[in-house]
Order: sequence, then C-alpha cells, then structure tokens
Amino acid sequence: MSDDLILLSHGAGGQLMAELIDQVFVRGFDNPVLRAREDSGVIELAGRRIALTTDSFVVTPVVFPGGDIGKLAACGTVNDLAAVGAEAVALATSFILEEGLEQSLLRRCVASLRAAADEAGVRVITGDTKVVPRGSADELFVTTTGLGLVPEGVQISAANARPSDVVLINGGIAEHGMAVLCAREGMDFDLDIGSDCAPLNRLVAALITAGCDLHALRDPTRGGVAAALNEIAQQSGVCIELREEALPVAPAVRTACELLGLDPLQVANEGKMLVILPEPQAERALAAMGAAPYGAGAVVIGRVLEGPAGRVQLRTAVGPARIVDRPVGELMPRIC
Amino acid sequence: MKFVDEFRDPRAVRELVESIKRIEVPRVCLMEVCGTHTMSIARYGLRELIADRADLISGPGCPVCVTPQGDIDWFLEAARLPGVIAVTFGDMMRVPGSHSNLEQERARGADVRVVYSPADAVELARRNAERQVVFFGVGFETTAPAVAMSMLEAKSDSLTNYAVFCAHKLIPPALKALVEAPDLAVHGFILPGHVSAIIGSKPYQFIAREHRVPCVVAGFEPVDVLQAVRMLLLQVAGGRAEVEIAYGRAVSPDGNPKARAIVGDVFDVTDARWRGLGEVPASGLAINPEHALFDARRRLDVTPPPAVEPKGCRCGEVLKGALVPEECALFGNRCTPRDPVGPCMVSSEGACAARYRYGRAGGAA
Repeated sequence: MSDDLILLSHGAGGQLMAELIDQVFVRGFDNPVLRAREDSGVIELAGRRIALTTDSFVVTPVVFPGGDIGKLAACGTVNDLAAVGAEAVALATSFILEEGLEQSLLRRCVASLRAAADEAGVRVITGDTKVVPRGSADELFVTTTGLGLVPEGVQISAANARPSDVVLINGGIAEHGMAVLCAREGMDFDLDIGSDCAPLNRLVAALITAGCDLHALRDPTRGGVAAALNEIAQQSGVCIELREEALPVAPAVRTACELLGLDPLQVANEGKMLVILPEPQAERALAAMGAAPYGAGAVVIGRVLEGPAGRVQLRTAVGPARIVDRPVGELMPRIC
Repeated sequence: MKFVDEFRDPRAVRELVESIKRIEVPRVCLMEVCGTHTMSIARYGLRELIADRADLISGPGCPVCVTPQGDIDWFLEAARLPGVIAVTFGDMMRVPGSHSNLEQERARGADVRVVYSPADAVELARRNAERQVVFFGVGFETTAPAVAMSMLEAKSDSLTNYAVFCAHKLIPPALKALVEAPDLAVHGFILPGHVSAIIGSKPYQFIAREHRVPCVVAGFEPVDVLQAVRMLLLQVAGGRAEVEIAYGRAVSPDGNPKARAIVGDVFDVTDARWRGLGEVPASGLAINPEHALFDARRRLDVTPPPAVEPKGCRCGEVLKGALVPEECALFGNRCTPRDPVGPCMVSSEGACAARYRYGRAGGAA
C-alpha cells in the first residue's frame, strides 16, 4: 500500500507521527539539539541555557468544556518549556484566521491566551496575523513560540530515566482528549468532563525548589501517557512499568472511554506532567507537587526497570503484565 | 464505573482462578467467539492465568475481520464516486482493501466520515440533501438493529439520499459451519454477550444438543470471562453439554424480541461470504425489497475490480481457530498494527492485533 500522502494519523501523536518527525524533520534539519527530541530545544547563549519551543494549535471545536484554543496555546507552550525545567520568559503568537470568523470569538480566545499567560507569569511580546480564504483554515489556528531559561544545575531529559526511578503524575489522565471528543461529536453522555488544560510551570518550579533531582519530565499531550512514556523508555533505554490500579482516571472519563472503546493511556492531556526521579525522592516530590497549583492529585503510577529497553508495560490489577503501545494514528472508536 | 469495577475485582479474579484450577479435567481448548472477549482476555492477561487448564482461541466474532475483501473494495470504490459521503464506524478506516484503505481515500479527496451511531449518518443525509450518503453496515446481531432503525428513520423523513451498504452477519450460522467442520478441536464455546442480549441463548441449543459441545454466554469483564471458563470446565468434567448463561445481568434465553422485530422489518436472511469461512448459508442480512430505496448495492453503480487477497495472510485460519496468530509467518514483522496485511491485525478486536498489542509482556506477577 502506498504511503505517499499525509494522513490525519500523521498528526495524531502516535507511531506514524514519530516516523514522520524522524524521517522528514529530524533528518531534514539534522543537528544535535534537534536529535535529542526534547519538548524544547536547549542551547547556551551568553552563559545562560536558553530553551526554545514552538507549537501549533488546531482544535475543533475552538471552544470546549474547560478552555478554548487561546488557553491551550499559552499552556501548551509553557508546558513544553517546563518539560525541560525551563521557566517561561516570553511568548510569540501567530494567528491564522479564516475569512468570516466572528471577531467576538477571536477576542475571546485572545483574552483566554492572555489570562493563561498572566497566570504563568509570561508575556506575549510579538506576533503575526494572517487571514486565509474561507475553507482554507478551520476558524482559527494559533502558533505559539516560547522562550525560557533553564535554572543552574537542572539537567532534565527524556534520555535520563534510570532503573529504580519512579514515575509520578499530577492527577487524572485523558481529560482533555475526552472533553474535546465529546464536545466535537456532540455526545450526550450526561457526563461532566472538562479539559485539564493548565500551565504547569509553577508545579515544575516547586519540584526544582524542593531540591528534587528530576531525571525526566514530559507533558503527555497527543498520544497520551502511552506515547510520552514510550518516548522516554526508548530514549533512556529502559523499561517503564505502570500499575493499573494506581492510574488516576476520573469515573466520568473512564465511562466515556469504556463506551467508545478507547484506552485512557492513549488519550491526550493538556495539564498533566509525567515526572521521573529517584525512588527515595518520591515522598518529597509528592509533597512539593501537592502544595503547588494543579498538583493536588499527584500520585506514583509506576517505576523504571532496567529492561527490556524501550518497553512500557502495565501490571494489570488482576496480575499479568501487558504491553502499552503508543497508538498507531488517530484514535478510532470500536464497533460493538 | 461502579458497575464495572465489581467485575474486575482482583480478589474475585484470584478466587475464580483458584476454583478453575481445582476442577479435574484434562487441559481443554475453548473458543471465545466474540472479538470483545479477545480484547478483554488479552488486556487482562487472562490466558496466562488459566494456561494449565485451558487454551483460549479466538473465533470469528470480530466484525471487521470477517468482512470479505470484496466488500471492502466495494465501499472504497463507492467512496470515490463524486457526490458521495462515505460514512463508517471508526474500525473500518484502516482496514486494507485490495489496493487502498478509507484513510488513504480520504487523503486523496474522498469525503469519508466516522460516526459513532448510524443515526449520525442519517443526520448527515438530512443536512446534505444534494449528496448521497452511504453507510457501511458491518457487525453482527448487535449492530443490525441500530442500522435497521436508521433506515426506518430515513423512510419516515422521506430521505432519498441515504443508503446502507449491508455487510451484516449472523453468529449462530457461522458457529454451525464451525462445529460441522471435521477439523475443529474445540471443547467449549464462550458465546458473545452482546449478540446474545439480542437473540437470547436459544439459537445456540443445536451446538450442545446435536454436537455435544458445551456453551456459556459470557460478559466482557475478567470475572465474567473466568466465570464462563469455570462453567465450561464443570460441564466438561461432568460430561454435560448445555447452553448456560454467565451474563444474566444482560442476557435472557429469549433475548430482545423488539430489536429482532425491527431487524426483521428491514432485512432478509441471506447466504453470506465470510473471510476465512467462505460462503456460509443463511449467515448474512440483506436489505429487503420493500426497503430497496435504502440499499446501496441496488442504488449505486459500483463494480470494484476483482479482489486481491493479501499474499501469505492466514487470517482465515486464525478466524477458524486453526492457527494462533504467532504461527503466521507475517505476524509481527510484515504484519503489524502500523502496517496491517490482514484484517485480524487492523481491528483492535482482531485476534492478531490483541495478541500483538497486549501479548508480548508475558510473565505473571
């Protein structure tokens, strides 16, 4: 079968997207910083370590329970900086607007972006605007670029997870993906699911301030916890084992996932951070996260094992272990 | 989901496994007929838990997997027609036809939409009066009532631009074909809970009475499946062959007559081609002449080129339980969920996909 066209699955955060990034972008722009495949690129500049990241936001519907594309555009970029331990310093935003877009919707999204940036303590200092003919974009697309500073001594990388580390997360998974899915499909489950979209820079700063030796961080967006942990397991050359009964999934989210035949581990988050650090520091990290914004639900969900390298597995509540794969492409609901 | 937790309780699972191990029978081979059972067994690692008592093999109950190549090619061809909106359940998007799949056709410009219910397809027809909406009706007795309803709804709204490409199949005739096959070495059937909620447990009686093979209708949680395994082993140990129900919270002997009546209003029973089983008498549904207006096979002029079965693919034998996925030479190298060759790898319910996704960790705690 020919593979010559871009499919929606190439953008879904799964296996096809990882291949596209490797084969087209990493190969095309080849350099050591990019090759590290972190959420932000980190370079030395004038004696400081600077983190740079960029993220485009395309979401339907533009407004969903728990947020909108503006809030998402600020939080996503702030969180990509936070995932290398960097404190956001400045943002740039680029708006692509579809002809016929209601200005009130644009204003609403700009106000949400501003509010989320204010909460994160960062300003939008430059931007760009383009308008395209009706049908060439879906209402509005936003690209946000973020600049951050990595504090002295912080060395966080998806390649730094070590055997005997533990894996923590700051609360319930799959909330953003299910909130958007239910809103998009107009599903009347009578379930109250809101996106978890939130800036996590203060949560990460609290961990650093508490003196935690953070090995790896990742915000599990598209592709969910499954994709993020597979990346870490691969780049660190370790095995990551999750405990099924420790995974926080809100009852409403679980019900929606069951009804649609989706695995919550593969569904997107926008306000969660996976934190990997040495096991003896777990209590300290939980305390620091618990006292920080968006950290009240922090729990240990798994541990890092020596091998098999590159594997993520789930110890099920009834005993045996099973593989946790990243999704292939788009998440598709099952028939029966 | 409180209702579900009870049936995943680790203690209940341990107790059931213990009681299964106490049943004195030679190791048996049980077939789980339904794809959702295959998923659940793989997801919770149930095979390993009972491996010294029973081997679990997957049957023909994954709707995507049994849809023949020719039907998939037909729908791909229809999706390419100008003015057509091709509507499907998500599972079908990546199923390989002879030369393409729906995801690729969408990238080439076909208007392909994924819905969660056939009613959404009718709504699309309502909102796009100038377009022809074609829904891919796949699935067993479980999905047929909703698809029948969608046609009745289109009829009552006088919609002329809604049609169903019917590839629906029936489970009992397929089981008949299986038990009549000379090479089947199955000592018991774990029967599908959802299908049985519609048809009841009576249509399976012939398996126990005429063929002396024990049957238990099961739900889909670990406790449900293990309970069914236990009941099957007790039947084997006692020399009995009966149709029992281990899923009383959803299934009665008589099923759901109302749902069956709706299906009877719209469909006729017909012979059907199954991937792996071939032509099986009276095992499929066709839209009846009275509802010909909604029959895509009659309405659309589509002639796909002759189907090309993928080389080396042994999905057919996997569906009959004659082969475990790992025994296929393509499994895990040329055929993966990323690049499926056969349908058992593409559907999340397929025996190969379940084994590939969940089956490689191994080792109980």
